[in-house]
Amino acid sequence: MIANYGYADGSGEYFITIDTDRCDGCGECVKVCPRGLFEVAPDDYDNLVARVKDEFVKKVSYICPGYHRCSSQGADCHSACAREAIAHTW
Amino acid sequence: MRTAGIDVGSLTGKALILEDNRILSWSLVSTGPDSAETAKEATDIALQKANMTLDKLDYIVSTGYGRVVVPFAHRNITEISCHAKGANWFFPAARTILDMGGQDCKAIRCDGTGKVVNFAMNDKCAAGAGRSMEVMADLLHISLADMGGLSLQMVNGEVPVSSTCVVFAKSEVLAHLRQGTPRNDILAGLCAALATRVYGLLKRVGIEPEFVISGGIGKNIGVVTRVEQKVGLKANICFEPQIVGALGGALFAREMLEKQKKRSAAAA
Repeated sequence: MIANYGYADGSGEYFITIDTDRCDGCGECVKVCPRGLFEVAPDDYDNLVARVKDEFVKKVSYICPGYHRCSSQGADCHSACAREAIAHTW
Repeated sequence: MRTAGIDVGSLTGKALILEDNRILSWSLVSTGPDSAETAKEATDIALQKANMTLDKLDYIVSTGYGRVVVPFAHRNITEISCHAKGANWFFPAARTILDMGGQDCKAIRCDGTGKVVNFAMNDKCAAGAGRSMEVMADLLHISLADMGGLSLQMVNGEVPVSSTCVVFAKSEVLAHLRQGTPRNDILAGLCAALATRVYGLLKRVGIEPEFVISGGIGKNIGVVTRVEQKVGLKANICFEPQIVGALGGALFAREMLEKQKKRSAAAA
C-alpha cells in the first residue's frame, strides 16, 4: 500500500509517502528522524509498518523541513531506509 | 453470523448490520458532541430496524473519526480501509474510490479484493467537503438536497469561486450576490471548485476504472457530474453512498470472526 500522509494547501503539496509493501517495520526511520515524525504500528491488515504519527499528519510541512533540507544536515529518513520505502513531495 | 460496522463520521454517524452477506438494516444519525452517544444512537436504530439486540451481534468494528471511542466495538479500523472494502462489495470491479465526507475527502485505490493499494486524504480543513456545502446552502437559503440540481441549471455560466478556503469563499459568494450574479451560477462555481480540489487528490493516487464515489457528497449531482467530467469516467454510486464505510466495517468484522474461528479450530 502506498500511504500518502499530508495535504495540499495554498502553498504547495506536502505528502510523505510510505510504501508499506516495501517497509519491513525495522524502525530505522523512527530512530533517525530528528522531529520524531514516524512510528511503527500495525496497520488495518495487521502488518507492522512505519507510519506518520496521527498528530503530525495535518502539519507535516511545519514539523518536517522537507527531505532536501534535512538530508543536507546529515541523517535523513530516505537514506536510513534500506528498502527505499519513504518519499517526500518537498 | 451477524456483524456490524459503526462509522462515526464528523457530521453523520452510520451503523449497518450484516447477516452473512446480506445487509439487514442500517441507520444514519447526525453526530452530536458525544461520539460514543452518537455511536450508540445509530446502533440502536439499526438494531431496532433489524428487530435485534446488541448481544446478538457476533463482532462489531468501528470506523470513522470517532472510531476510538465506541465502547462496544471489538476493534477499530481506519475509514480508508473500510471504504475500500465497502465499495468492493457493491462494485467488485471498483479500483478507484473517492469518498467525500463531512470534513474531509479521501482518494483510495484498491485491488480486486478491496484491499487498499494507495491512498491520500485531505483532512487539514473542511474546504472541499460536506460541511462547506452546508455552509453555502445556508448562506444561499436553499436546501442541501437541491444544490446539485440547481448548479446544473446555470444562467450565464459558472462564476469562479476560491477553491481553498470556506471562509474566503463565503465572502466571495456574498460579493457575487451583491453584484446580482444568479444564484445557480454561484452554485455551479462552488461545485466546480470542490470538483477541482478532489481531482487533485485523485491524481495523486492515480485513476483506474471502475470509479466509485462514496460519502454524503455522492448525493450532490452537481459535484458528481463535474468530477466525472474531470476524471473522464462514469461514477458508480450505490443506493446510499453514506453507508459504504459502515458496510466495510461490518465486512471487516466478518473477516475477523472467520479468522478467529479458523484459529480456534486449529487449536482444537
